[in-house]
Amino acid sequence: MNILELQNLKKYFATQKAVDDISFTIKQGSIFGLLGPNGAGKTTLLRMITGIFYPDSGNIIFNGKHFDPVNDIVNIGYMPEERGLYKKMKIGEQALYLAQLKGLSKSDALQKIKAWFIKFEMETWWNKKVEDLSKGMSQKLQFVTTVLHEPKLIILDEPFSGLDPVNANLIKDEIFNLAKNGSTVIFSTHRMEQVEEICDHIVLVNKGKKILDGSVSEIKNQFKENVYRLGAPTSAHNLMTYIFEVIKHQPDELLLKLLHNSTPNDVLKFFISQDVPIQSFNEVLPTLNEIFIQLVEGTPDARQFQTIK
Amino acid sequence: MNKIWLIIKREYLTRVRNKTFLLSTFLLPIVMMLFIFGSAFFAMSSKEKLKKIAVINDPGMFKFNLKGDSLRLAFDFISGIDSSNFFDKGYDAVLNLNNDSVTRKFTIHSKKQLGIDAQDMIENKLDRAFENNQLQQKGIRKETLDSISKKSNGAFSIENRLTSEQGKSKEVNAQLNYGIGFGSGILIYITMFIFGAMVMRGVMEEKTNRIAEVMVSSVKPFQLMMGKILGIAAVGLTQFFLWIVLIMMLSTIVSAFIPHELVQQAGEMNKNMPVGGNNAMVMKFMDVKQTVSAVNWLQIISCFIFFFLGGYLFYASLFAAIGSVINEDTQEAQSLMLPITMPIIFAFIIMSSNLNTPDSKIMVWASMIPFTSPIVMMARIPSGVPWPQLLLSMVLLIGGFLFTTWLAAKIYRTGILMYGKKASWKEMFKWAFRKS
Repeated sequence: MNILELQNLKKYFATQKAVDDISFTIKQGSIFGLLGPNGAGKTTLLRMITGIFYPDSGNIIFNGKHFDPVNDIVNIGYMPEERGLYKKMKIGEQALYLAQLKGLSKSDALQKIKAWFIKFEMETWWNKKVEDLSKGMSQKLQFVTTVLHEPKLIILDEPFSGLDPVNANLIKDEIFNLAKNGSTVIFSTHRMEQVEEICDHIVLVNKGKKILDGSVSEIKNQFKENVYRLGAPTSAHNLMTYIFEVIKHQPDELLLKLLHNSTPNDVLKFFISQDVPIQSFNEVLPTLNEIFIQLVEGTPDARQFQTIK
Repeated sequence: MNKIWLIIKREYLTRVRNKTFLLSTFLLPIVMMLFIFGSAFFAMSSKEKLKKIAVINDPGMFKFNLKGDSLRLAFDFISGIDSSNFFDKGYDAVLNLNNDSVTRKFTIHSKKQLGIDAQDMIENKLDRAFENNQLQQKGIRKETLDSISKKSNGAFSIENRLTSEQGKSKEVNAQLNYGIGFGSGILIYITMFIFGAMVMRGVMEEKTNRIAEVMVSSVKPFQLMMGKILGIAAVGLTQFFLWIVLIMMLSTIVSAFIPHELVQQAGEMNKNMPVGGNNAMVMKFMDVKQTVSAVNWLQIISCFIFFFLGGYLFYASLFAAIGSVINEDTQEAQSLMLPITMPIIFAFIIMSSNLNTPDSKIMVWASMIPFTSPIVMMARIPSGVPWPQLLLSMVLLIGGFLFTTWLAAKIYRTGILMYGKKASWKEMFKWAFRKS
């Protein structure tokens, strides 16, 4: 079942087409990656999904119904890229306040906060103020306040920035946990290695348009360039062939690209016939990082301002 | 509604628990009281010192009539003293009554400045002495004059009764009305600035802390803005309430402790005062006491609360809108605030320069227009405002703040999530009037 469906969403600002006709769907319980370079329109898109902005045109279907910000907002947890907490407020009170604003009753909220604080080893923080916390600590707090009310849809904008590896792993495990328990996670970032590790499904936007949509393996296959890695000692006289071209040659490893519709079997036959001792042979798929750069490169880094009629 | 209530509660509690709130709430009345009683105390204690004054008066017109009193002034008629040696002979000052009895201008030499009080007192004594001298020359006994003046002084009084539409008449005391009007006008002026700026700073804090984005994913921007404005309004009302209670408490405490000496002192002072002046003073005091209790405090206080809230709500949302378009730069805040602070200052100027004529055209007009009405109307109320005018002003103010809130909410909604650049007036105008 789809928790979220965007249909031809558009949002134009005075000088930019921030989101220009974007559609995609997100399955319930999946971890969805929303990728794009700076200024691609990710934040605007997320703000429309969280009901902060209204789209100029297009539909948002949330949980099978037309998205109604006033009522559906309790089912959404949003952690913006720029973290925000009241600096002078005590941490316990702050968590309670934000939870109550999401519609939890006081006793319910207290119980959940305590459980999370124990889980994240934050029990001693209750009476401290946010200004006493380090960046990573307030990040943890922000994460807790985002997921506290057990939203169906959790939107995390760069959740790992500023976290050390231990805490990043803590949060990552929680993200997997939440997804396993039926929450859907939208994950916005430009750190590709995290996306590869975590996300089931990704969408890449650039300049307000969707340019890529699919599962990580699908996309990698779509962008594969028939590059293979051969583990075998070879020398130059072994490589005189039209089946492939050599990308990188090391004494015991070879990076090659197939040519003229040849298949991996052709390559293996070729080397076997030469009696080369093969230790390993595998396909090299492009990393998301490479795909990302390949797709985004060539377009100007910063978006240009234009007049929208 | 539930959410707005949560926001109000947070805004209220974080501010009321704040140390500066407690400090300003509890210290201000105490400081005020200390100031008033302190200055009274110093004035009293400085009078207690006896001043010895040597008098040079060869013809002797004053010799038997100029009498000091045991407490503050002692006159000694001695010869061989002048402005160069009085201090060595143990006198505080030397008064030369010889030089000119035609212009009646005398000189007194002293090492230290005598002070206005002492000078007044000496002049007074001279007048009495002259009076006595004249009475003796004309053959009138002082006792006769005293008994006449005792009967005549304060025998009659005039009461200014205003006839209002209902045909009822009421007592007015122009000076008291002036004072109450000016006081409440100033109070509204100051509080509008203090609490307006508090709203603006709160909005700026939310924006620069980036909490705004978290908040508007849970509540509507309008709820966030109104919650803040109403929460701070509650802070203001709490502060007023505490001030009133504290001032009442302090004044009863103080008057329970000090009155004995004070009353005695006052009695003593009255004794030393010329009979006529004394009576007039007492009468005036009684007058003020009567009119203070005759003033319709209930009306004034309830109107004050209404116009404080109305004026605050009218401007607070505008302050919130300004706060929402600023990015951390206080310089920007100042230039953007100017168009809002101008009408408030303007209202104050109108109020203070036309307070003598509360029914003049400019005052009536200014008390109708919501931009100036809270301050100006409050200044007019003690001297009586016709009901239709008051009602119209109230309705216009309510309409005014509904309008400014609606307008500001639209600017606020966009501004609170805009980072990076300062919004121009043109842009803000566009945000305010575009269709949503």
